[in-house]
Amino acid sequence: MNDKDMIKVAGRSSLWDDKPSPYCPGCGHGVVHRVVCELIEEYKLADNCVFMAPVGCSILAYTFLGLDMCQSAHGRTPAVATGIKRSLPDTFVLAYQGDGDLASIGMAEIIHAANRGEHITTIFVNNAIYGMTGGQMAPTTLEGQTASTCMDGRDASAGMGYPIRICELLQSLDGVTYLARTTVHTPANVIKTKKAIKNAFEVQLNRKGFSLVEVLTSCPINWGMQPLEALDFIDQKMVPQYPLGEFKVDGKSAAPQA
Amino acid sequence: MGEPVFMKGNEAIAEAAIRAGLNSYFGYPITPQNELIAYMSVHMPAKGRTFIQAESEIAAINMVYGAAAAGMRSMTSSSGPGISLKQEGISYLVGAQLPAVIVNIMRGGPGLGNIAPSQADYFQACKGGGHGDYHMVVYAPASVQEATEVTFKAFDVADRYRNPVLILGDAVIGQMMEPVVFSDATPSPPPKPWALGGVRNGRKPNMINSLSLETGVVEEWNWIFKAKFEEMKKNELMYETFHAEDAELMLVAYGITSRICKQVMQQARARGLKVGLIRPITLWPFPYQAIAQFAAKTKEFLVVEMSLGQMIEDVKLSGLGDAALHFHGRPGGGIPQERDIMEIIDHVLVNKRAGHIATRGTVIDWQIS
Repeated sequence: MNDKDMIKVAGRSSLWDDKPSPYCPGCGHGVVHRVVCELIEEYKLADNCVFMAPVGCSILAYTFLGLDMCQSAHGRTPAVATGIKRSLPDTFVLAYQGDGDLASIGMAEIIHAANRGEHITTIFVNNAIYGMTGGQMAPTTLEGQTASTCMDGRDASAGMGYPIRICELLQSLDGVTYLARTTVHTPANVIKTKKAIKNAFEVQLNRKGFSLVEVLTSCPINWGMQPLEALDFIDQKMVPQYPLGEFKVDGKSAAPQA
Repeated sequence: MGEPVFMKGNEAIAEAAIRAGLNSYFGYPITPQNELIAYMSVHMPAKGRTFIQAESEIAAINMVYGAAAAGMRSMTSSSGPGISLKQEGISYLVGAQLPAVIVNIMRGGPGLGNIAPSQADYFQACKGGGHGDYHMVVYAPASVQEATEVTFKAFDVADRYRNPVLILGDAVIGQMMEPVVFSDATPSPPPKPWALGGVRNGRKPNMINSLSLETGVVEEWNWIFKAKFEEMKKNELMYETFHAEDAELMLVAYGITSRICKQVMQQARARGLKVGLIRPITLWPFPYQAIAQFAAKTKEFLVVEMSLGQMIEDVKLSGLGDAALHFHGRPGGGIPQERDIMEIIDHVLVNKRAGHIATRGTVIDWQIS
């Protein structure tokens, strides 16, 4: 078969500028970005979409994604997204937040945006650490996991708190229509992640309320691991603490089934 | 112009904002501005516009940021403690070049303080309460009527410079009822090709952002902001004067305090004392040049504030030459009394500084320490 006969079945998203990725080797953001971009293309949303870049590593999305981009203050993305979506109900508003941003400094904003049932979709990327600032303890850091602000490991008995499960926390809120937790550490799970995000997109497109997909990702640099070790860490350590599956479908609570 | 209506300051500000084409209001309850958010909760939804009672002042200012980013005329209001919480958002509005209107109906502080009138947020309003180098136009209305006029204007000014504008009232301006006539002018928001969202139709993606990690970029942005601040200084300065032509003592006061001072000035004039008044309407930009010009002929200045003395630093910065500067201030919700102000005028103009005066909160020949 020569080149002319080959058919392109997959490639870089057209939304992604031809620039090198700003992310570290083994980082999960690239995979999640790709899934999100593919869905934006499949649903033809790029012409009327605002991508909300948070404070954290993924703020750098604004440097290479070909979408209207809004950067907000640390943790305030759900409030800013609310302001945009209420102003422009026909614009697709995609909020992309990390664990420090959403589960620590921005906890009030995410709970209340969810509780109001804002018609926005939040992609919550949980890598159990502060990446951009250099590996500090996050609200989602596992017990025993080391970080630059807990060198001997997170110790709940020493007053450092327990890892927060966001999906379980938001599950009780009536404004939440769709809630799922997935991971991207294997190809099969990437496909499941895409399916969950697709469900979340549909909720917003059908004006059915608030949707959030929590995606477990790796941060090998700040975890002090090789990329493959980091994928094992997700599988063996993170998944037991953060069960996978759908927590809410059509506004009804579901027992998570990975 | 329409018929006069009798309204509370807070409600009149809300109505003026709605008439100015306000698309989106986001607030959080705090006394003494509660009538403003309550008015919005009725009249914004009735007009099909956005109203949200946010979970906090922080969320409210960030909703303003989002609505402004989407090209809307947006506004929030609060009082001192809540305005402190909004400072992060105000800094971001400047950094991302977003227009918005913020109302501060000042109350006594610091801390939770009280709900009495105060002017103690002057520094916060005029000297950059949030982080980074920035300014915004600050209006200090002295009546309910003027509060409506500066509110209407504030939206145009915010849009013109893509910068937030602050309306600095106090518990008296917010709470008192006065007759007010609303302008029947039609709002004319400019096109906002920089705004986010809506069908792009071939338009290149827009970005609302205040971050760059590339060397020199944020410095370059700051020079752009500086040029805007210079334009604001040139175009937006507002003040008025009374009896400046022959004054031997000039009162300097803003907001409700200027109303008290105007009364004192009239009483003093009735007694043959040559007292005048300078009333800044914009606190930023500040009428430095005007005050310096008066200082060439008027040798006594008396600043009156509901604070320990904040605007007085700007009066001093105007360059008073050999003129003396006196101060009367009432902090923490205290309201200056006419007799106390008159006592200082007597001390300076009649008694030629002989003897002591016991007026509370008075500092004679004030110096920057």
